[in-house]
Amino acid sequence: MTTEELVTGGLRLEAHKQRSTKAPIRAASLTERYVIPLDQHSGLPAVPLVKPSDRVRIWQPIAQPAPGISAWLHSPVSGEVLAIEPRPAPHRLGAPTLSVVIANDGRDERFENAAAIVSFERLSPNEACEHIARGGIVGLGGAAFPTASKLASSLCENGPKLLLNGAECEPYISCDEVLMRERAEDIVFGARALLHALCSPSCTIAIEDDVPDAHTALRLAIDKVGDARIRIKVVPAIYPAGGERQLIATVFDTEVPHDGLPADIGVVCQNVGTAAAIARWIRDGQPLVSRIVTVTGDGVRDAGNLETRIGTPFSSLIADCGGYTERMSRLIMGGSMMGTSLPHDDLPVVKATNCIVAASSLDLQLRGAEMPCIRCGNCSQVCPAFLLPQQLHWYLQPFDSDQLDRHGLLDCIECGCCDYVCPSQIPLVERFREAKPLLTRELDAHLSADAARTRFLARNERLARLEAEHRAKLAAKRRPKNEPSS
Amino acid sequence: MITALVTIIILAALAGVATVATAGAPKEISLVHRIDALLPQTQCRRCTFAGCRPYAEAIAQGAADINQCPPGGERTAKALAGLMGVTPKPVGKEYGVVPDYPAVAFIEEDACIGCTKCIQACPVDAIVGASRHMHTVIAADCTGCELCIPPCPVDCIVMRPAPAVVR
Repeated sequence: MTTEELVTGGLRLEAHKQRSTKAPIRAASLTERYVIPLDQHSGLPAVPLVKPSDRVRIWQPIAQPAPGISAWLHSPVSGEVLAIEPRPAPHRLGAPTLSVVIANDGRDERFENAAAIVSFERLSPNEACEHIARGGIVGLGGAAFPTASKLASSLCENGPKLLLNGAECEPYISCDEVLMRERAEDIVFGARALLHALCSPSCTIAIEDDVPDAHTALRLAIDKVGDARIRIKVVPAIYPAGGERQLIATVFDTEVPHDGLPADIGVVCQNVGTAAAIARWIRDGQPLVSRIVTVTGDGVRDAGNLETRIGTPFSSLIADCGGYTERMSRLIMGGSMMGTSLPHDDLPVVKATNCIVAASSLDLQLRGAEMPCIRCGNCSQVCPAFLLPQQLHWYLQPFDSDQLDRHGLLDCIECGCCDYVCPSQIPLVERFREAKPLLTRELDAHLSADAARTRFLARNERLARLEAEHRAKLAAKRRPKNEPSS
Repeated sequence: MITALVTIIILAALAGVATVATAGAPKEISLVHRIDALLPQTQCRRCTFAGCRPYAEAIAQGAADINQCPPGGERTAKALAGLMGVTPKPVGKEYGVVPDYPAVAFIEEDACIGCTKCIQACPVDAIVGASRHMHTVIAADCTGCELCIPPCPVDCIVMRPAPAVVR
């Protein structure tokens, strides 16, 4: 282990990107049915604007955001709405969630969206955020947080610093790398739009040191527009360099407060894919109806990156990549470190689907039987959030909410580094992931109990005061009238 | 003027008593606070006391047992037993059943006649409304104590599962 790793935490993992980056981006083949889950972004589910048997055109809005944090959804094809019903969804681990099902007629008839035509340079920051929201743009790094909400909450007087995250640290995912290599102009266009929307003084595009082609392409694109506000920052390829907080710490040498947001230190972080999606919306009027998906792993014959319409079934992408090999053992959405296992491949691509790993036993680190913690401390040396996983594990049995909160369980980013190095094969992240909602619920209960106590005591005090006033009034009445009043 | 003066005198006297009590038994007060911190603050009176703080005071004085809080359930009973150094025991049946999920009161607004009886009964001021005007429960502030249900003359208050918190 080098000193650098000791200081920053994280791991140098063997990259498996070459398998999927050899060929250029290709288009996924079209299918008959597209399934669009209404809750595929963070926040509240969108509200459908169409009903079964309606005709829709490509790029037509089919659902509008619910009040609060939510996002627009658009039709990826032209055709007919078959149903609005619960369908299995990958971000729900295969559990059904309300979705719009559209039958593709293959004609791709264009919807003329009046909202798409604006002169973006003339919009005020708030109008620009609103316009970006209308394109259904959400964070494409994996969390699918509505971009407009993030931008709107980051607006500040002097403009926050913009950070574009191109540090794709997960060993299998390569969709951002090929995007930067092939569509650097889109990213730079999106970066300039974001600079305008945020009134931001500078933009830093962070990329890892192992993607020289992407670096060259970005440099050329920036030189072409001659924008001095945009610069590239190369960061070491240490997993999880691309975590939002980790990247901000690396690039700006400032830490985001543990109970705060990047906006609190004047930084907005967006994925490079999101910037490219914004460019397509503002420049071409194309809302977020497709994204690049990496299909890779030893369990698929012909790995690659596919431009995929949202709602395409995973099985169709696997077929596009030559089908499964006989070694295929597990399907994962997201990367091998932070992704989630899926029960089957009859699930639609959602906006958050950056990668599908068809993993064989060669890809997976096989886990042996769990053994007791020997308190070696390896986990705390690799933790990029500077937590003590061995202590968190200790306080999980029995569940000690005070200590878990004090040791920062909620700051765990679930990167899986502690799991990776644990000699006792303890599934630490799995335990933390399960414990986090319990702890949140308990902390919430504490907060509402405190509020109830305050209200109860305040009410008692008020009743006592009213009672006292009442008695005083009665006493005053009983007193003889002729007594001077003061 | 006299009213104001008398009020001030009464309040001052109360404050004086409180100060004396604080000065006299500082340790006792801190124990009451520590017990109170473990209670769920439903203020439901199922423990037979007039709220969580009075129950905490009773425990501190040895006048109440640690197993009288159904909303807190087994966890609270266990925590109280730990704090008081006694053997844990399950919540006493005579105090009511331990609820399965958090609930809040809901007023069927069509039926409400605006009598303000529930407003007076609510221990945490979580019901708004005025005389002969419809009342409503602020779900975020409702502790689910059910004290508003018996006074309602038209039985228009029902208990519903508490809404999930959206972060």
